[in-house]
Amino acid sequence: MKLKGKIHKFGANVNTDVIIPARYLNVSEPGELAKHCMEDIDAEFTAKVEPGDIIVATANFGCGSSREHAPLAIKACGVSCVIAQSFARIFFRNAVNIGLPLMECDEAAEENEDGDLVEVDLSTGEINNVSRQKVFKANPYPAFMMEIINAGGLIEYTSGRLSGR
Amino acid sequence: MGTLAEKILAAHCGREKVRPGEFLNASVDLVLANDITAPLAIREFQRLGVSRVFDAAKVVLVPDHFCPNKDISSAEQAKLVREFARQQGVVYFEVGRMGIEHVILPEQGFVMPGEVIVGADSHTCTHGALGAFATGMGSTDIAVAMATGEIWMKVPPTIKFIYHGKLGEWVGGKDLILYTIGDIGVDGALYSVMEFCGEAIEALPMEGRFTMANMAIEAGAKAGICDVDYKAEEYLRGTVAKGKISGRSRSYSVYRSDEDAEYAGVIEYDVSKIEPQVAFPHLPSNVRPVSQAGDVELDQVLIGSCTNGRLGDLRLAAEILKGRQVNSNLRCIVIPGSQQVYLDALKEGLIETFIGAGIAVSTPTCGPCLGGHMGVLAAGERCLSTTNRNFVGRMGSPDAEVYLANPAVAAASAVLGRIGSPEEIAG
Ligand code: SF4
Repeated sequence: MKLKGKIHKFGANVNTDVIIPARYLNVSEPGELAKHCMEDIDAEFTAKVEPGDIIVATANFGCGSSREHAPLAIKACGVSCVIAQSFARIFFRNAVNIGLPLMECDEAAEENEDGDLVEVDLSTGEINNVSRQKVFKANPYPAFMMEIINAGGLIEYTSGRLSGR
Repeated sequence: MGTLAEKILAAHCGREKVRPGEFLNASVDLVLANDITAPLAIREFQRLGVSRVFDAAKVVLVPDHFCPNKDISSAEQAKLVREFARQQGVVYFEVGRMGIEHVILPEQGFVMPGEVIVGADSHTCTHGALGAFATGMGSTDIAVAMATGEIWMKVPPTIKFIYHGKLGEWVGGKDLILYTIGDIGVDGALYSVMEFCGEAIEALPMEGRFTMANMAIEAGAKAGICDVDYKAEEYLRGTVAKGKISGRSRSYSVYRSDEDAEYAGVIEYDVSKIEPQVAFPHLPSNVRPVSQAGDVELDQVLIGSCTNGRLGDLRLAAEILKGRQVNSNLRCIVIPGSQQVYLDALKEGLIETFIGAGIAVSTPTCGPCLGGHMGVLAAGERCLSTTNRNFVGRMGSPDAEVYLANPAVAAASAVLGRIGSPEEIAG
């Protein structure tokens, strides 16, 4: 699957409290959550973001609370993929489980800048920065996780396993 | 051959041995969710097409974050959780019996050594203090665990932290873990298990060990874990009587790391050189010894949370606050972590001390810890808190500042009106 969009760049340790502040967690509808995505770190984010856009950040993206509302909010505001040097583990699981693609890539996290246009090929892990005419290669997902992703998320994967029992 | 964590995971997937990096399906002994994460988990559970949870005695729902309900939306969420709990017959702590999930679970005998515990809350790692493998996950994972009693996991590597030496006065688990996070960073133990050991850990009361395991997530860890020693055994004996409400087996297995276990790293500290620590905004790793905090005036002090809301924490604070008054330039809030803690504190006279000092004492709730209610911060305000996170906007306005410290430092600072050391007032 190919994704294409412009980059919104963030730094290190973007935590789930800024991705979706707890004051908005008295609801859980993705559309409602999306209205406040990234609000405390970039108040303009929801106004700027367009369907397909890609978030790029450095180390430890998604650290902090286990709230699945964080990847849900990101996905619901149209972001197609998050690229980072590393992800916090609960965020990583949550994103895989709900079908938000993530890519780990040191160089791409460092060298891609805000506003650049990029194309991402999930199956090969290739990140093509069209604006800079540069291609980066991300770490592929482990085979086990690919099974969950290909099933369409953890619920679909588990339903399949349960009916196969 | 194996670390403590690896042995627990191996026992839960029917293997002799597991290695870091392997994927496995582990059976779970306890599944937890709260009023924020359970609604999503219930929605996903329903999508699975399963009618009953795998074992109602092993699913615990705790409405602690925005409860007692802070507004209509949170009341709707709490209602959904309550109705699901009734329909499924799972363990549910209603307001009035409720406390912060990670305080009541061990206290009420729901946590046993050698168990695998998963919760839709990142601080589920708290329970590793009793020698369990406990880890936080998202709501979808928890939905699957509730339905099947199993969860996929990647076996994490273990990093061993050895704390040598004797603890200084007013230095506890909070200081050791803040110091450690300050040293290794907020992703210093990413995806790993932090195994805490050494004579200083043995010297810590259970409260201090819960505090340390609780904040393992603040270093990015999947779990924090301690050995089961005589103190842990004694604590467990105390919970067995209460544990009858859990309707679960009281037997447990104690595992230990082998002499030749392989670690991803071994980090050693001499605790005798560590003084009380303060984490400055906006990361738990941004720590300084309290003597170097400088002149930071405060608007609020909060004592409570799953990190430091246990009886021993309140005792420490009361020791300093006894016969003193909170500085008139700030407000101080104390939130016991559970009804039991509240009652014990009441019987011991701690609550009287707090109220006498001009402190607001609240019913158990997460409340202000996550900027929910009962002490949310305005722009420009500064709060010293015994909680675990000081991210931007964590306790309210994104323009507020949160400092983290132990309950003794918090109490002393409440009296001083600025960040200060217990030594400054209690000698
Ligand atoms: S007290 Fe704070 S950190 Fe602990 S469970 Fe509640 S919100 Fe989370």
